[in-house]
Amino acid sequence: MHFLDFEKPIAELEGKIAELRHLSDSDGMNIAEEVSRLQAKVERDLSSTYSKLTPWQKTLVARHPDRPHAVDYIKALVEDFAPLAGDRLYGEDAAVVGGLGRIKGRSVMVIGLEKGRDTETRIKHNFGMARPEGYRKARRLMNLADKFGIPIITFVDTAGAYPGVGAEERGQAEAIARCIQTCLDVRVPLICVIIGEGGSGGAIALATGNVVLMLEHSIYSVISPEGCASILWRDGEQSKTAAEALKLTAQDLERLGVIDGIIHEPTGGAHRSPEAAVSAVRDAIETQLSQLVKIDAGQLRARRRDKFANMGRNALV
Amino acid sequence: MNWLTNFVRPKIQKLVRPKEVPDNLWHQCPKCSEMIFHRELEKNLRVCVHCGHHLRMPVRARLRMLFDNEAWTEIEQPTVAIDPLRFKDRKRYSERLKDAQAKTGLKDGVVVAHGTMGGINAVAAVFEFDFMGGSMGVAVGEALIAAAELACLQESPLIVLPSSGGARMQEGILSLMQMARTTVAVDRVRDKGLPYIVVLTDPTTGGVTASFAMLGDVALAEPGAIIGFAGARVIEQTIREKLPEGFQRSEYLMEHGMVDMVVHRHELRAKLIQLIGLLMHKNPSADVVNLAPSARRRKPEPDRAAAPPDPTVPDMTFDDR
Repeated sequence: MHFLDFEKPIAELEGKIAELRHLSDSDGMNIAEEVSRLQAKVERDLSSTYSKLTPWQKTLVARHPDRPHAVDYIKALVEDFAPLAGDRLYGEDAAVVGGLGRIKGRSVMVIGLEKGRDTETRIKHNFGMARPEGYRKARRLMNLADKFGIPIITFVDTAGAYPGVGAEERGQAEAIARCIQTCLDVRVPLICVIIGEGGSGGAIALATGNVVLMLEHSIYSVISPEGCASILWRDGEQSKTAAEALKLTAQDLERLGVIDGIIHEPTGGAHRSPEAAVSAVRDAIETQLSQLVKIDAGQLRARRRDKFANMGRNALV
Repeated sequence: MNWLTNFVRPKIQKLVRPKEVPDNLWHQCPKCSEMIFHRELEKNLRVCVHCGHHLRMPVRARLRMLFDNEAWTEIEQPTVAIDPLRFKDRKRYSERLKDAQAKTGLKDGVVVAHGTMGGINAVAAVFEFDFMGGSMGVAVGEALIAAAELACLQESPLIVLPSSGGARMQEGILSLMQMARTTVAVDRVRDKGLPYIVVLTDPTTGGVTASFAMLGDVALAEPGAIIGFAGARVIEQTIREKLPEGFQRSEYLMEHGMVDMVVHRHELRAKLIQLIGLLMHKNPSADVVNLAPSARRRKPEPDRAAAPPDPTVPDMTFDDR
C-alpha cells in the first residue's frame, strides 16, 4: 500500500497492528482487544483526516497510484463489454479506452481516459495523456453511440492532453475542440464522471455532459497547481497556495455550479476500498441514467447546450 | 539605507536626468530589430516596413482595417461577475483587471462590433492581447456568445480574430468552462447556416485554440503567428528535444493541414470579403479591392525574410511578465 505524507500517522498505526498480529501468531498471545482498539483508532483518524483534506491533499489523493482507474470502473460496471479502437484517421491511442457494453441490461458506450497502473501499462496508455488520435477516437465512438441512440458514459482521469511535437502537428487543439463540439452535439444522454484528475483542456474534451459528477476527492482544474504556481507565483514551491486559489475540489466546483453532483468515497479515499468506490459510482450512474433516458433526444441536446452556454454567468463564491 | 536608495536616490536622479524623448515615436521590430517610425508603422497596418513581420495590433486598429469606410458599431456587453473566485496570487486579480482596463480602455479582452464588409453585414469579435494576454475568462465567453447571437439575429457571418495566451487562470475552472461555452456560441452560428470565419493572429494558444478558434468553417492565419495548444516550453520540457524550425507558426500549421491559408495583413480584408461573398452567395460591392490605400507593401529583403523566427514563444497559459 502506498501512503501519502499526511497518512503517515495512520500508516504507523496499521504497522503496529500488523506487528501485534505477527506477535500473537508466534507467541499465541491474545491481543484481540488491543488490535480492535487500534483498528478503531485507525478508522477514527482516517475519517477525521479525510473529512478535512486541503485542496493540495485532495490533489495528492486524486493522483494516488492505487486509486481505481477508468479500466477498473469499466470492468466492474459494464457487462458484455466490446472494446473499440482507432480513430480511422491516423491511429489508435490507448490513453483513451472505450467500447460498447451494458449497464443493467441497457446498451451503453463507455469512454475513459486511462493512466495505467504499472510501468508497462502506463507506457501503453501514455500516462493518461491523450494525443489527437485519442480525442478523435472518442469523437468517433460518441458519433457511433449517437447514431444508434446509445447513452454515453465518460470517465475522466488525466493530467492533461499530451504536449508533444507530433500531437501539435496533427492538431491537438482541433481534436479537443471537435471533441467538445461533439459532446455538446449528441442527442443521447451523456454522463461524465471525474474519477481522479480533471486536467484542463484534455479533461473538458470529455466532460461536457448532461450530468457531470465528481468523486469526493477528485479535482478538476484549468491548470495543475504546479503549473499555476510556476506561472503566477514564479515559484513551483507555491503549489499548495495555488491549489487553494484555483478552487479545484469537487466541493468548490459544486458551489460554483460547474458540476451536478458529488459521489461519496469510502472512508480513507477510493484507493483504500476500490470496491466501495466502484459501487458508489455504479449507483450514481444508474440513478442518473434512469432519469436521462426518459428525456426526449432534442431536449437532451438543448438542455446540455444551454447549461454550458450559461456557465460562469452570475457565478460568485 | 532603504529609504536612501529607494526614495531619495530616484528623486535626485529624476531631477538630474535630462528629459527623455517620448518612447513611443519609434518602434523596434521584434524580428529584424530595425527601427520604424510610429506613423509609418500604423500606416502600414503594423507590418514591419523592413522585413514584413506582422506586429500585434490593438483592437480598434483591427476594426478600422476590417470594416467598410473604417466605420463600425460596437455593442455593449453584458456585465459579468468580477473576480468570481476572489483570486489572489502575488497580486489580486481584481487589481490586475483594473490595471488592464486602465491600460487598454476596455472592460475586458474582446470587443464585438458590426458593420459592413464589401457591403455585406458582418459581425466581428476581436481580441486585445494587451488585456491580460487576451486570456479567456467569463467576460470573453460572454462576448463570444453576444457576437454569435448578433450574427444570428442579423443573419450575417461571424468573424473572430483571437489573440490569446489561452484560459485566464485567475478565473480557475470557470475559465475552462468558457471552452465549452464559446463552442456552443459558434455552433449557434453554424446551426443557422451562417459562415464562421476565424483569423488566427499572434498568438493563439491553449484553451482558445482548443475551442472556438479551431472550429472555423474557414481558418485564415496571419504570417508568422504562433498557433498551438501546448506552450513551446512545456513541449520542450516534456520531450527534452529542440523543436523543429518554424514550429507552431502559421506557415507550419498550413503545411500540416490545420489552416486554409496564410494571408498578409494588407490582403486580409479583401480575402475576408471574397470568402463571405462566396459563402453567402452575394456579390460584394466593387470598391473593396484593398483595405489600406495608404499601405504600400514593401518587398522584404531576402536575407531578412530568412531570419530565424522570434525566439520569444509565449507559453500555453497567459504570462504577464
